[in-house]
Amino acid sequence: MANWGKIARRGFLIGTAAVAGGVAFGVYQYRRDLPNPLDPGEGEVALNPWVIIDQQGVTLIAARAEMGQGVYTTLPALLAEELDVAWDDVRVIHGPAAQAYYNAGLMSHALPSTDYDRSAIQDMMVEAMSILPKMIGLQVTGGSTSTLDAYDRLRRAGATAREVLKQAAATRLGLPLGSLETRDGRVIAPGGISIAYADLAEEAARIDPPRRVDLRPASQWKYLGRSMPRLDMVEKVTGRAHFGIDTRLPGLRFATVRMCPRLGGAMLSFDASAALALPGVERVIDLGTGIAVVATNTWIAMQAAEAVIIDWGPAPYPETSEALMAAIRAALDDAPDSMLRDQGDVDAMDITPSDRVIEAEYTVPWLAHATMEPMNATAHHQGDRLEIWAGTQAPGFAEAAAAQAVGLEPEAVTCHVTYLGGGFGRRGESDFIVLAARVADAMPGTPVQVTWSREEDMRHDFYRPAACARMRGVIRNGFAHALEGRVAAPSVTRQSMARLTGQAPPGPDKGHVEGMFNQPYAIPNYRVTGHLADLAVPVGFWRSVGNSFNGFFMESFVDEMARAGGRDPLGFRLDLAEREHAPSAGVLRAVAQMSGWNAPRPQGTGMGVAMTHSFHTPVAVVIEVQDQGGAIALTRAWIACDVGRALDPSIIEAQMVGGLVYGLSAAMMEEIRFADGAVVEGNFPDYDALRQHQMPRVEVRILETSGHIGGVGEPATPPAAPALANAIFDLTGERIRDLPLNRRVRFTG
Amino acid sequence: MATTLTVNGTTHSVDLPDDMPLLWVLRDALDLTGTKYGCGVAACGACTVQIDGAAVRSCQVALADVWGEVTTIEGLGRPDALHAVQAAWVAHQVAQCGYCQSGQIMQAASLLAETPAPTDADIDAALSGNLCRCGTYPRIRAAVQTAAATLRGA
Repeated sequence: MANWGKIARRGFLIGTAAVAGGVAFGVYQYRRDLPNPLDPGEGEVALNPWVIIDQQGVTLIAARAEMGQGVYTTLPALLAEELDVAWDDVRVIHGPAAQAYYNAGLMSHALPSTDYDRSAIQDMMVEAMSILPKMIGLQVTGGSTSTLDAYDRLRRAGATAREVLKQAAATRLGLPLGSLETRDGRVIAPGGISIAYADLAEEAARIDPPRRVDLRPASQWKYLGRSMPRLDMVEKVTGRAHFGIDTRLPGLRFATVRMCPRLGGAMLSFDASAALALPGVERVIDLGTGIAVVATNTWIAMQAAEAVIIDWGPAPYPETSEALMAAIRAALDDAPDSMLRDQGDVDAMDITPSDRVIEAEYTVPWLAHATMEPMNATAHHQGDRLEIWAGTQAPGFAEAAAAQAVGLEPEAVTCHVTYLGGGFGRRGESDFIVLAARVADAMPGTPVQVTWSREEDMRHDFYRPAACARMRGVIRNGFAHALEGRVAAPSVTRQSMARLTGQAPPGPDKGHVEGMFNQPYAIPNYRVTGHLADLAVPVGFWRSVGNSFNGFFMESFVDEMARAGGRDPLGFRLDLAEREHAPSAGVLRAVAQMSGWNAPRPQGTGMGVAMTHSFHTPVAVVIEVQDQGGAIALTRAWIACDVGRALDPSIIEAQMVGGLVYGLSAAMMEEIRFADGAVVEGNFPDYDALRQHQMPRVEVRILETSGHIGGVGEPATPPAAPALANAIFDLTGERIRDLPLNRRVRFTG
Repeated sequence: MATTLTVNGTTHSVDLPDDMPLLWVLRDALDLTGTKYGCGVAACGACTVQIDGAAVRSCQVALADVWGEVTTIEGLGRPDALHAVQAAWVAHQVAQCGYCQSGQIMQAASLLAETPAPTDADIDAALSGNLCRCGTYPRIRAAVQTAAATLRGA
């Protein structure tokens, strides 16, 4: 067990959002209901912030961004389960940005402790901290928290809506409440009488909802626990799903931007005469640190943007990848920002002659998100108000940032959230929305869509930071006796929170060391320190955040320790996990069994294992590689996760596979390099990802023993890289300690 | 000068530059937004449409060079009348974010028109140019096999 008291003393200043506002709220403010933001149209009734009923039926509000992870299916299923609506009749919309849709689940990551050994006091503190997202209206889709945040809240919203509908029917029919049932959008009374919800909604809306409702036990569930047909599927296979880039409005103009390629640098001068001479170009707008071109067609705008001659200022950071990595490596010798785990005594332990001591240094590169849909937003400035259409993970922040950029009050800005063509953390930023708002501000009365070229997108990201780790391990009698990890990287938490709230949070940065300090391994001497490199390169949340690099460092090094101790890598981990956290041991046993780990392996194949506990979910991965004429093929992969309760197995399976693919793509071939202060890679030929012909056969097993809802969107990403690197070691004997792997080995395809 | 082209059975006359890629004609002039912009350099396949049944990257076909009838995802099938490939995509619950799927489906439909009983290697080869950042590849592979069986009447 990690030492909770020691951790609390050491790092109790909560690392992230909890203190960002620096505010305290009274109990009254915390407990009171937030205003219902829904503004029902003619003939519509909003029973609470999540349920609208009209004559056509029931519309449910997701209030979270659908970026592929299935929230437009699982969140309505939570509501519909209690509300009793037929699945075919469920309609789902995102709904407005509003305080009522705060994400309290984000706080589940805020304690500076491991979260696998959850105690009642930890749960209580997380509960208490949910005050903050509520008060500041933290409506953010991220941190793999949508389901755990919604699990009780949306079932309760569905149940209270059902109860007022029943009450309305009881009053109308003069029958006792207990004699009524609900089914498929109707209240059913004895004697074959039934009334549609739509006919009861107006009366129901006048009834105070019950303060307390009992939620149905899992044994009675009709939708939850089953693989439901995704509500977005038919739209997405027929080209009718509306992404931000698909916004079409009467009189719409098409624009693009070209911003300083040295990120944060200035624009010294520009000459737009050649661009303005091109047919179809309407305007070139000076944005201070770049330009926008407005045209009658996106392609014309992009051609014209290239034709603008621009003189750019210098970058506010070292100008090459090598210089940046040198700065990060140097931070390893600075005083640590955090020491969130310090068990035993790494410094003072006796080393005996029979102990094996190993040391290694690891590095990973900068990474772009490369969502399939490039950054874009559409904005319409109408004098005293601004309307925005965008795929965003943080609509409230987007509205506030856009309002500030054009000098309006936040209430005068409305953001319509579309489908997201991939998010992965990139669309939690509001930069692309602010630029669209500023372009619209320059042409009031005309709606304008600002679409970035792929090159602009890749070269103006908030990157997953490059990182470096120094690891030291002691193996005694085949067991891990000590592990010391030092991690250095720029701080995603500080930069992102400063952008969101105006100030970087004080206290240790937990996100920076997650995936290393908080792993469920019973290592008697276990210390992890985080070192922050102060660099002005924009960094941001990238699927699994700190776990994305720490998972690689930790699980590669644990593999090295196993090998150094002459142990089987899976058995070595199982020893460590069994004594610390049963569900983590469970996923290791599952992948061992699924993959036939202990069976003899054919010549020319290798297998690697990795396990990471992140976002409340342990995930173990085994990857099999094969030598195919000197090139390495990924032939098979096995994933086991423990999500506590599997609300939609098909969606969870898809997220596990997708998280793995995202991690494998980065591990195999992705790297953002800097030269002359600008990002070198610009498009998929330079920054590719795993493709169909490189895709291994994958098998997923979902376990439900952990006792709490775990995240699913991110936790399969961290073990991907180390499992593959460990498999390559098994095949070739070469230990690769820097990513991407294709610097050292050739892959098929 | 106006150019005439036929898309999903409808003939349009557009007054746009000859060298404008078909992708941007479809999206910004004809409001057929199901065809997606991903890279502009034929490296991701999100813009795949069919011309006379053959899958092409619409970001690489200039308006003046469109040599036949264009079919986009909107013309392949409708929500109430899905093409077999779209129906298979629904049956296997393929899409996650969905942005690349128009291109994946148009590519798969073109493959099956030429190769009614594809091997997994045929599928890999035909779809290797279609990038999916969500990682839906295993379900795509399964859905193509299901669609192939449906189209063969199996």
